Amino acid sequence: MEKIQYDYSAQHTVKQRVHVGVVGSGDLEVLLEPSPDARTHVLVNTSVDGFEAIWKNVLDRFFARFHGAVSIEINDFGATPGTVMLRLAQAVEALRV
Amino acid sequence: MNPDAASRAGYRRFLERRSFIEMSARERVRAVLDPGTFREMLGPFDRIKSPWLPLQGIVAQADDGVVLARGTLQAKPALIAAIEGTYQGGSMGEVSGAKIAGALELALDDCAQGRLILPVLLFETGGVRLQEANLGLAAIAEIHAAIVALRRYVPVVGVIAGMVGCFGGMSLAAALCSQLIVTPQARLGMNGPEVIEQEAGIEELDAADRGLIWSLIGGEQRYATGFADDLLEDDADAIAAAVRKAFSTAPVSTPAPTRSRQVERYRELLRSIDPNQPLDGESLRRLWQPRLMP
Repeated sequence: MEKIQYDYSAQHTVKQRVHVGVVGSGDLEVLLEPSPDARTHVLVNTSVDGFEAIWKNVLDRFFARFHGAVSIEINDFGATPGTVMLRLAQAVEALRV
Repeated sequence: MNPDAASRAGYRRFLERRSFIEMSARERVRAVLDPGTFREMLGPFDRIKSPWLPLQGIVAQADDGVVLARGTLQAKPALIAAIEGTYQGGSMGEVSGAKIAGALELALDDCAQGRLILPVLLFETGGVRLQEANLGLAAIAEIHAAIVALRRYVPVVGVIAGMVGCFGGMSLAAALCSQLIVTPQARLGMNGPEVIEQEAGIEELDAADRGLIWSLIGGEQRYATGFADDLLEDDADAIAAAVRKAFSTAPVSTPAPTRSRQVERYRELLRSIDPNQPLDGESLRRLWQPRLMP
């Protein structure tokens, strides 16, 4: 099990919190909340060790398009990068509803 | 209606119905409660999760796989506890078990003071979480005690939808419910088929033989042999309606004796089985159905 943390700059505040996903095989859980400061914080808890570079690629790409100041906790149970992207997109979509 | 039109209409109904099985635990609770009344307790953002799984290198889910919610059923106060079957096989650990037991005990306090709360349990569980062993078992025992205490005041309604089913100590919790609702995809049993195959050998039970497994412990068989009170297709609206019906057909003032109170009746059913004769699902139905008639 590994814990990985990233910070990103943000441009606008977010007021809601959103929960999507499940810590099931090949899936992950995303907890998205307003950030305590003006930056975005991501904490990844993953059951699969040794994929830090891939996590960084996936999250860099996601936060190049989304600029809300959020704190995100990801509980991952072996999701593929595609599934991670879909869950993050789902969380952000739920913010807009 | 000609046969073609009938089968087309059946097909359309199949396509239009909302699958309960495919829903997450949280979606299931929302589907059962009156619309707009869902209020979650100890939700994922409270982060009351397993302290034991990370110590064993396993990522914990923020709600430990149990969704607790208050809301209403036909405008009456209700409590629903739903187990997320895709997280650790819906297993009961210290936290997930305590969430259910604690919620049932609070409902019991309310009922004892004359404020009736309708309790519903949505099972999807392999039983105790092996990584948390005795702590999970202790919580399951508390759930059993709470169900037995609570059903003196109000029916306790259980639902097993599938596809995990309901096994181990939690199969006892299901059996203790005043009313149990199943789908054909549900399974209910003490030991799961994989465990039986592993312990007794593939000659005893082939866990990969789905037809055989469901003929023994599947929802249809459990309903036909008197272990469940209602059998429904996998349809969220039908299940929500059946939960309401279960509370209205089991009057609070004069509840029918629960299964676990009918000790002599079940002893008699067991005595009717000749262990020297081969027994399968079909022959158990033939043997018990005349005896199950009220």
